[in-house]
Amino acid sequence: MKIIIAGIGKVGALLVKQLSAAEYDITIIDLKQNILEDMVGRYDVMAVQGNCASMNVLLQAEVEKADLLIAMTERDEVNLLSCMTAHGVNPKLNTIAKIRNPEYSDQVYKMRDTFALSLVVNPDRQAAREVERLLKFPGFLKRDTFAKGRVEVVELRVDKDSKLNNLALNDMYKIIKGKVLVSAVARKGEAITPDGNFVLKNGDHIFVTATMRELTIMLRNLGIIAHKAKRIIICGGGRMSFYLAQQLERSGITVQIIEHNYDRCVELANLLPGSCIVHGDASSTTFLESEGIEDCDALITATGLDEMNMVIALYGNNYKIPQVITKISHIERSEITDTLQLGSIITPKELCCNSIVRYVRAMNNQTGAAESVHSIIENEVEAIEFRVDEKTLHCGEPLRYIKFKPNILVSCIIHGMDTKIPDGNSSFQVGDTVIIVSSGKNVIYQLNDIFA
Amino acid sequence: MNYKMMGRFIAQVILIEAAFMIPALLISLIDEDKAAVNGFLTSIALILIIAGILLSICRKERGGFYAREGFVCVGLSWIVMSILGCLPFYISREIPHYLDALFEIVSGFTTTGSTILTDVEALSRGILYWRSFSHWLGGMGVLVFLLALAPLSKKNGFMMHILRAESPGPDVGKLVPKIKQTARILYILYIVLTILNIIFLLIGKMPVFDAVCTAFGTAGTGGFGIKNDSIASYSPYIQNVCTIFMLLFGVNFSCYYLLIIGQVKNVFKDEEFRTYIGIVLGSIILITWNLKDVATSLGYSGIRETIRHAAFQVSTIVTTTGFATTDFDLWPSFSKSILVCLMIIGASAGSTGGGFKCGRMILVFKSLRRNIRKILHPQKIQVIKNNGRMVDEKIIENTNAYLAAYVIIIMISFIIISLDGFSTTTNITAVLACFNNIGPGLEAVGPTCNFGGFSILSKLVLIMDMLAGRLEIFPILILFSRSTWTRR
Repeated sequence: MKIIIAGIGKVGALLVKQLSAAEYDITIIDLKQNILEDMVGRYDVMAVQGNCASMNVLLQAEVEKADLLIAMTERDEVNLLSCMTAHGVNPKLNTIAKIRNPEYSDQVYKMRDTFALSLVVNPDRQAAREVERLLKFPGFLKRDTFAKGRVEVVELRVDKDSKLNNLALNDMYKIIKGKVLVSAVARKGEAITPDGNFVLKNGDHIFVTATMRELTIMLRNLGIIAHKAKRIIICGGGRMSFYLAQQLERSGITVQIIEHNYDRCVELANLLPGSCIVHGDASSTTFLESEGIEDCDALITATGLDEMNMVIALYGNNYKIPQVITKISHIERSEITDTLQLGSIITPKELCCNSIVRYVRAMNNQTGAAESVHSIIENEVEAIEFRVDEKTLHCGEPLRYIKFKPNILVSCIIHGMDTKIPDGNSSFQVGDTVIIVSSGKNVIYQLNDIFA
Repeated sequence: MNYKMMGRFIAQVILIEAAFMIPALLISLIDEDKAAVNGFLTSIALILIIAGILLSICRKERGGFYAREGFVCVGLSWIVMSILGCLPFYISREIPHYLDALFEIVSGFTTTGSTILTDVEALSRGILYWRSFSHWLGGMGVLVFLLALAPLSKKNGFMMHILRAESPGPDVGKLVPKIKQTARILYILYIVLTILNIIFLLIGKMPVFDAVCTAFGTAGTGGFGIKNDSIASYSPYIQNVCTIFMLLFGVNFSCYYLLIIGQVKNVFKDEEFRTYIGIVLGSIILITWNLKDVATSLGYSGIRETIRHAAFQVSTIVTTTGFATTDFDLWPSFSKSILVCLMIIGASAGSTGGGFKCGRMILVFKSLRRNIRKILHPQKIQVIKNNGRMVDEKIIENTNAYLAAYVIIIMISFIIISLDGFSTTTNITAVLACFNNIGPGLEAVGPTCNFGGFSILSKLVLIMDMLAGRLEIFPILILFSRSTWTRR
């Protein structure tokens, strides 16, 4: 499949990284030559320099032979024009555009045929939705839902005084008293698919697959308090903050937004009548104290600067705020960010990238394609949801007799209304939905790829 | 300052005034009233001469016409118009003193309805007609009329300043893109409503002359009656028609435009409209409740008559009309206090009524609420919204400045007219009644009394108050500012 990625910014670069690993022919378009050179040096892609909304540049990138155009430039208008132009040249082309301006969101949805858009992504809105989910179900660093919300993969952190510290996975059920599965562990930036004898250490991030009900039991038995946030402070008044506040306002939660740009404050005060907009510098502790950071239920750091977000999140932890969520846009998540007490981390580019990768996989193989894909440790571990159909091998065989590729785990089987965390005797039937957690270098396009 | 352009403007304004004197002249001719005919003919001739001189001096209009010219032009036009408009009263000797005649016509043009006459019924019909018609002309504004008619120069954009200066309200906007069309729509609505009013009055078997004059007084929310006891001697039906039409003329005219183009929902969602209706209904209920024990001693038979009088008086005061069906000076002090508060609040912005305006009141309250919150939480950013839309900070600033100017002018006028030795209630209500273009006040200027007893100085002060109140202070105030007259 031939893909054109136009605009190599945060999301664009991540997409190139993710998609070039698979067997796609990728052409990238950007205005800046040095960015293109850098990408060509690192990945096996072709580069065209120029304006992606120009027909000539698109023709140079061979848009007439392409299957998909992903327009990810900084400017919504350029993305739209690029998609419309490309679709005009090649009517069979699928297009994905990044549209961030909230004022366009309505028309982009209603006029998606006019704009020739197959999919619209909005990193800020996706990030806001993610934060909202974290706020409504607190206690996790990250949370992904599968099978229409029936199964969750959540990220937890093992702290020094956690009950899970120095515990072998085989003994875990004694504490949790429910059936959950640790699908992956991130230790010092490295992803591990654990077995029963694996012992958890302080600082590990574990990824647990569980049903909604089991999740609540687990939270209770681990002593993680799960009370809903009532008073929320958001630092930074960017677009993500706007979407989030709008969403929270609707569910009747008081939001306080701290923004340093006065004009933006006025704009937000107009758009968000139910929220409290405060003009000031969120990096000043005295200011945060005067705004009552001590008794807020959740602190979300969403300024434009990652460093600032991290520092404010550390302040927040210092004040023992029950829930801290940090937005990180540029810095890659690594050992260092994981050792800091940053609370939950939200990476808009990753969320955006995931949704595009999911679309690409679905396009690639219409049958047996993944229903949803979540990258749970950046580019290292993925949780993929599949539907078992007639072509799937090994139907009905107990799992322990099936040979899987290394680092593949069947972490959940959903049979009708029955959601099950599998053991060696479990099996899947045609019509079931399974969630596969894959780590390492495996690339899974369809379900049969997991078998050795 | 573009004096030539302004001269042309003023000439056109007084020519319109002369044209509108003709119906009054005809009525006097029919009645064969020689003094009145003489008065009108001489006035028209004088106006024609003055206009001719002005036009010949200012033949070539040239140069720009900006906000400053617009405001000065409106202020000067009104003063010149009043000085010439009172001539028929004076020349016909029906009002022997020139200052009294000036007071009467200013009271007419500014739709105040305060009078210096002790016996209104002694005036001839032509003079009475001109007196009532001045309300109608002043209600919507003679310059707006000019904008609707005159083929003005290509620089029509600057005429917005005139519309803004003459129309009441904190935020004057256009209804349609063209200013001429806007002015026409306003006048068409105004004429249609006036004709409806006349028809309803005629149905109540009111004589034609009375109906026309009363409708003029109602439409401009002026309040000159043609009887000594105002509306009191007419039937309850006519009184109720007046109540309803006074309230209708106190509504922002853009609401009617919205009704016509079918946006009924927006009218009922309008915050000012809701506030206005709420204030009216609330006041009627409170006054009726307050009057129910003393109704018999006031001579009201039964609750229905009490409600009728309460409703009439509330509408006449809140719309700043100034008709009366009863002497509310005899009411208990709670009712009188409510009426005094209504005097200050006034009608809606963009109506023909005067006063502080409900729309401004809402803005002042909202800005006050914001300031209180700001004390508790200094860094919080809040915007003021009206009808779901953000109100520009400039408008808030202007509204607060307007409130300050309003209070200061009332204070100064109050102190000056106190020299005449009337009671404090008389003085304060006289100033309020003139400044808010209402008409009657309390005690010595109550509905059954008149302003004839004031000294020359007080009358001059009240004349300025009426003009300042009608034109919303600033067009008159800037005439006294030195920077207006100095070169830029």
